Order: sequence, then C-alpha cells, then structure tokens
Amino acid sequence: MTDRALDTAATSSGLRQRLAGVPVPVWIALTWLIAMVAVALLADLVSPYSYTAPNLRNRLVAPGHPLHWLGTDELGRDVLSRLIASIRISLLIAFGASLMSAVVGTTLGFLAAYFRGFVEQLVLMLADFQASMPFLIMALAVLAFFGSSLPLLIGLMGLFGWERYARIARGLAIAASAQGYASAVTQLGASPTRVYLKHILPNIASTLIVSMTLVFPEVILLESGLSFLGLGVQPPMTSLGNMVGYGREYITRAPWIMLAPAMTIVVTTLAVSILGDWLRDRLDPTLR
Amino acid sequence: MLRYFSLRLLRAFITIGLVVTFAFVVLRLSGDPALIILGPESAPEAIAAFRKAWGLDEPLWRQYLSYFGAIAQGELGRSMRDGRAAIDLVAERIPATLALTIPALIIKLGIGIPAGIIAALNRGSLTDRLVMLLSVAGFTVPSFVLGLVLVLIFAVQLGWLPSGGQDSWRHAILPIATLGIGGAAVLARFTRSAMLEVLGQPYVRTASAKGVPWRQVVIGHALPNATIPTVTIIGFMVGSLIAGAVVVESVFSWPGVGRLLVVAVSNRDLAVVQCILLLVAATMVVSNLIVDLLYGFLDPRLRHAGGRSGS
Amino acid sequence: MISLVTARDLARTYQLRRGVFGRPVAVRAVDGVSLHVGAGETLGIVGESGSGKSTLGRMVLGLEKPDGGAVTFDGAPMPEPLTAAWRRSRARMQMIYQDPLGALDRRLTVRDQVAEPLAIHGLGASSERMEKALAMLGRVGLSRHVASRYPHELSGGQRQRVVLARALMTDPAFLVCDEPVSALDVSIQAQVVNLLVDLQESLGIAMLFISHDLRVVRQVSRRVAVMYLGRIVEEGDADDLFADPRHPYTRALVSAAPAPGGKRERIILTGEPPNPAARPPGCAFHPRCPLAEARCRETAPALTTLGGRRVACHVVAGPAAATREAA
Repeated sequence: MTDRALDTAATSSGLRQRLAGVPVPVWIALTWLIAMVAVALLADLVSPYSYTAPNLRNRLVAPGHPLHWLGTDELGRDVLSRLIASIRISLLIAFGASLMSAVVGTTLGFLAAYFRGFVEQLVLMLADFQASMPFLIMALAVLAFFGSSLPLLIGLMGLFGWERYARIARGLAIAASAQGYASAVTQLGASPTRVYLKHILPNIASTLIVSMTLVFPEVILLESGLSFLGLGVQPPMTSLGNMVGYGREYITRAPWIMLAPAMTIVVTTLAVSILGDWLRDRLDPTLR
Repeated sequence: MLRYFSLRLLRAFITIGLVVTFAFVVLRLSGDPALIILGPESAPEAIAAFRKAWGLDEPLWRQYLSYFGAIAQGELGRSMRDGRAAIDLVAERIPATLALTIPALIIKLGIGIPAGIIAALNRGSLTDRLVMLLSVAGFTVPSFVLGLVLVLIFAVQLGWLPSGGQDSWRHAILPIATLGIGGAAVLARFTRSAMLEVLGQPYVRTASAKGVPWRQVVIGHALPNATIPTVTIIGFMVGSLIAGAVVVESVFSWPGVGRLLVVAVSNRDLAVVQCILLLVAATMVVSNLIVDLLYGFLDPRLRHAGGRSGS
Repeated sequence: MISLVTARDLARTYQLRRGVFGRPVAVRAVDGVSLHVGAGETLGIVGESGSGKSTLGRMVLGLEKPDGGAVTFDGAPMPEPLTAAWRRSRARMQMIYQDPLGALDRRLTVRDQVAEPLAIHGLGASSERMEKALAMLGRVGLSRHVASRYPHELSGGQRQRVVLARALMTDPAFLVCDEPVSALDVSIQAQVVNLLVDLQESLGIAMLFISHDLRVVRQVSRRVAVMYLGRIVEEGDADDLFADPRHPYTRALVSAAPAPGGKRERIILTGEPPNPAARPPGCAFHPRCPLAEARCRETAPALTTLGGRRVACHVVAGPAAATREAA
C-alpha cells in the first residue's frame, strides 16, 4: 500500500518538474499553435463574415476599422475572415501532408529494414533521388502535367520529406532487430506485422514525431510558395500563400492585404520550429 | 580513388536517368500528351500528326526508348505558345537568372560562412545569439515574404529602388538581396553547427592543451575539418540555384528561367517544363559531382583509402 | 522413453569475412552432432565459448536452419524458420536467453509482455489473458506488484523470471535455456535454477540446458553432453559422468569444478583455447590432450558406446579400449 502511495507522489512531482523546465519561448510558441489550430477548427464560428462575401462599398479599407479589424481587400472582402479561412486550409494541407509523408516514409523504411536485399536498395535509391532533386521543381513539373486540384496538391505535398522518415525508420528498425526484443517477440511466434507495429514502431515513435516537427514548417512554406505563384490552392478557396499573392498587386495602396497572411506564415513557421527544436533537445539529443 | 569517382559518376547517370524516367512517367500518366500539348480544340489532323511525330502509337517501352533518345539528342520539343524550340527559350533566359543567382551566391558565402564561424567561436555570447536569431529569422521567412517586405520598405515607402522588371542594374538589387539574405541565414546556421561539432572534437582540445595558439588551432585544424560538411551544403545550394530563383523572379517580375517555369506551368507548356526539369537535374548532378571531386581532395581519408568505396 | 526432440548429424558453418577485403573464412560452429531429448527430461550441454553450444541450441529449437542434418519434434520435421508453420510451432517450444533485459521491450509493462504469447497464438479470451498472466507470474515466484512495472525497473533475477513466465504461457513441451543464469548474481542463480527444476517437475517440460558452468548443469540435468569445437566428446548420465569422466577434456573440466567429498587433482590444459576458425586436424582436442597419440592427429574419433556412456576418443574408447572393457 505505502509503495503505491509513494509511487503516485513521485510521478506527480516529476510531472511538475518537467512542466517547470519548459522555457518561455516554447510556451509562447505552443500557445500560438494551439490558437492557430483552434482558429482552423472553429473557422466558421469565429469568422465575422464569409470569406467570399464582397462588399463593393467598402473596398480597400485600412485596418483598425470597427467593422473590419484587419481591413478589406479590393473586392471589399473582410481580410480577417479571409485570413481565418486561409489558416484553416493551409493547416489542413500541412497536417495532411506531414501525416501522409510520415506514413509513406515509415512504411517504406520498415519494408526496407525487413526485407533487406533488393527492396532495401530500391528504397534507398529512391530516397537518394528524392533528396537530391529540389522538391519545388519536381512539384511544379507534376502540377504542370496534372493541373492544380486540391487532392492532387495534398497528395503531392504528402510526398515531401518521405525520404527522411524512411531513412530513420529503416535505421532504427535494423537497430531494434539487432537489439533482441524484436527477435525475442518473433521467436514467440509473432508475425512480422505484429513485431513492427506493436513493438518497433512505438519504440521509434518519438524520433519520428521530432522529424515531423521539422518537416511541418517546410510543408507550410512550400505550399504557401506554390499558392503564391498561383499554382497551389486555387480560388475560390484561399490559403495564406494565395492571399499574399493577391495582396501583391495592392502593395502600394493596401499593404495590409499582404502583410496579415505573411506575418501569420512567418510566426506559425517560427512557432513550429521552436517547438521542434525543443522537442528534439528533450527527446533525442543525438539528432542535430 | 578511381573507383570512388567512377561510382559517383555512375550514380550521377542513374539520377539523370531517374529524372528522365520521372518526366516520362508523369507525362504519360497525365493523359494523352497530344491533347495536353496541343490543346483539346486542335484539329484532329494536327493531333494525329503530333502523335505520329512523337511516336505515341507505339508500345510503351519503345516510346520510352525513343523519348530517351530524343532527349539525348537535345530534341526537347517546342513551346506551345510560340512554337519555338523549348531549349532556345530556356537558353536565352539563363543569363538573366545567373545575373541574380551568382551575386546572391557570393553574398550567401560571404556573409553566411563568416557569420557562422564567428558565432561558433564565440558561443553563447551576444554575437552568437544575434547571429542565431537573424539566421532563424532568415529561414522561417519564406523568400516571397522577404522579397515583398523589402519591396514595401525600399520601393513603396522609401522609393529608393524600383519594384520590378529588369531595366537597370538597380532593379537587380532587391532580388539579389532577397536571395542572398535567405541563403546566408541557412548557411550561417549550418556553418555554426559544423564548426561547433569540430570544435568539440577531442583533437581540438588536445591541440589547445598542448599550447598551440588558439588562432592556429582554428585555422589549422578546425576550419579545414569544418569545410567538408559545409562544401556539401554549398553544393546543394549551387544545385538548387534555379529552384531558389523561381519564387524570387516571380516576385520581382525578373525574366529569368524561374519565371519562365512558373509561366510554363500555368500554361501547361510541357516542353518548356520538361526542358527546365532536365536543366535543374543536370545542374544538381554536376554540382554534386564537383562536390564529390572536392571531397576526394579535401578529405585525406578518401585520398589515401585507395579502393575504398564511398557510401 | 520416447524422444520428443531428435537431432541427427546437425552441422552449421558460418562464413566470416575478415575486414572488407579479406577472404571469407569458413567457421564450422557445429560439426555432426546428434542428440535426443525425451519428454519431460533435461539434457545438459556443457562447453566453453567457441564450442558451438549456442548454435546447437538454436538449431534444435528451429531458430536457425542447419546446413546439414535434421531436427524432428514430436515425430514431425522442424518447420523452416519464419514460415507460418514455424510460428505456430513456437507455442510448443521456447527459448530462455542469457540477457533477459535485451529480450524484453522497454516500453511495455511486464503484464503486457507476459500476456502477449496468448494474444499471438489466439489462446483464451482477451479478458482472461491478463488473469492468466498474473497467475503465471505467481507461479514463477513474482508478486502481482511486478506486473505493472517496466523491465528496466526490475532486478536481473526478476527479469529472468519474467522471461520464463512469458515462455511458459503457451504451455510448451520443450524449453531451450542458453546460459540462463550466467548473467545473474550467484545467490540468485541458485534460486532461478531451483525454479527451473520445480517447473520441470510440475509441468513435465523437456529441457535443453546449455551452460559452461558444470555445477549448475549438474543440478538440472538427467543426462549431460560435453561439447568441444562443434562436436560431442562425451555423453551420459549426469551423476555418472561427473563421478567418473572418461574423455580427457571432461576430466579436465570436472577436475576444475569444486566437488563435494574428496579432493580432486586439477588437470590443467595446455595449448590454445578452442578456435572454430582454426580447427586442428583429426581429433580437435589433440593439441591440448595429455593422452594424444599419432592417430589422434590423423583421424577424428567417432562416438563409441562404453556401457551407459558415449565417448569420442581414440585412446579411451578406441577399439583397443573396447576390447579392454570387454575383457
């Protein structure tokens, strides 16, 4: 009985200790990100106007206006509403893509580790190829050939960075197999699927999550870049990069159209980078 | 040594081969190339003639081979818009892109590397924190945002510099600055961590403990060993010059290869896109080869290893 | 007694490369070993490192495919490793390792890991599995508190009991123990060994007990086989063998182990320790053998039956010796 009481006391003070050790910038970053996710989820509730609603009498209104906190654009659409909608789309694409590339990459890495031989060489060669070509160019080529639709865009972004997960998953899976617990469970009669999913994957999950936080900001930047060029998210949907692209023409008269989404991109990317750096230092100091 | 290089050369060929295959696969998957390239409203005779010319009636593997052959001979198709050879269109834009990217590269190297080294040597100091802060800012801010902000400040508010076009040398300042600053930030951060890693090595501490003056330790030991990883990333930067230029050229309406690519993609001008894709692949591959060559000279382990094959 | 496990002429050769450019060297880890283990009995395997005992254990359990010879389990040939049939057969035979920490998953509780074999083989309803796991933990002498702990929070002896509990969950008929107590403190060793003996009696499990430690092997085994450089050099009843070893190698081993009762004269072996990569011709033991003759250098001795014992030695059990015995 007393043992158990001591146990719970130990864990709760340990938790408090861990929470106290978090530096201030990381708190700020976390708060910002939670706010962004909340905005994305509650977009319809939070947004003052529909993001496509034009109001031709109130065009190019400067920010600070009581009805339009961030001003309006050239069609009188409320910039704040458009910003909220853009955050939702951009985050959706970024999350979807990061998750997809993590799954694809990890699976390929596991296949390479399990089968070795030819499969492994093939995966490594593809990974090398992916790592050596600038993704933007390849993405542009695919968009040229296939056109820009949202599913294609998410699918394309979902291939960004898979090679990093694949390399990590392969390396760690091979190490895990050598370590003994994987072979011990195999010798219990477990199928390879069970060994990989129930044992190896949970043990390497923290490293993969850290990689995700490194890939995520790059996906945001990539998607914004493509949308800025007019080749990513297409109207009437709006994304952060899109808004910057449209705002560009009015940079002399109404710079706020461009600045609001631009600042959002920068701060969000920064927040994820800070969080990622901190997570990396905590979870896996060997990764630099 | 010879084995090392021939392996690298082989790898380079394989990469180019993969890129060409990639282009071929994407081209075929995206539908009937004839319809895409000529447009759906073209006359049926034009479409039939095109299919004949491109060999689209033949079995797939044959198409693949003739595709390869065509590319090897430099036959990269014609632009949809004005019918000129894609390769000419691209070639005439290259000088404009180089006019931006080469000065930018000089800035990246000239600012980024020294900043990184200084930060590493004065670790934890104010200088270090400043450099780190600026470098983080440099790579979380996407190039189009940076470019537009610079335009906002220097062109719109201050009116010092023009915001677009290619009319005078002054037009080049902002785009070069945009490209340079972003790259310098990345390079500074990277050089700093490479230096820190080297400085943490036991042999550096030994040299310093033996009484070797710090300056000599840095110049004689730390710097040369930090060059190796730095060379890799410089190689990557050189190889992705065009990729970096894509966005910046669009922001500043600079008529280079990057801008051409964006326009070609929106117009689905496949011949031009294909041509630029291959150009980028070639640049990447060549720059990686040069990096590997430099490695061979810089890294004494490779120089003396004889038959050791690099990973 | 019907044999549960029969191994015939097992052989296994590894190809080792010395460095990247060295020529491959063939290392014969196991060279023509035959043995059998009856249901519910324990066969002990004794040998130094390099004798091939671990490789033998793995082959007998079906974890490695032998290069020569075959293994039968309960009358049927051992399935090929990593096939579905092989996975199913794991429920009937299990392995206990030298390093229990390496065999356990850091992130799962003891309870989850002990219950896992039931989940793998689909035995029992999921609601019952936890209870069965806890019951098994009790059987190996662990309290229920241990169930919610993690492997790295336990002592070496506790971990080995956990591995044992996990191995017994599917009610296997055969257990291979490869140096199960070598990594434990001496006082704990005795406890775990006693546990093994008790479990064998109550559950009727056949065991192959591999160790370099004679005292431990003696406690657990009914019969013992002594290995040297991939071959069995002597085999027989455990008590008989230790009381009256015949093969020169066995005699040296036994003389080195402290025995109750009278003092023994220590026989010290000279020469190089066994190296499977550089196997001496003829009898592998001849460079170190005090009784070596000319023919020991030329031909390898076969296992000859001498009373209840099998010995592979020209001098002790050659034809001349056989006639001496008969006479």
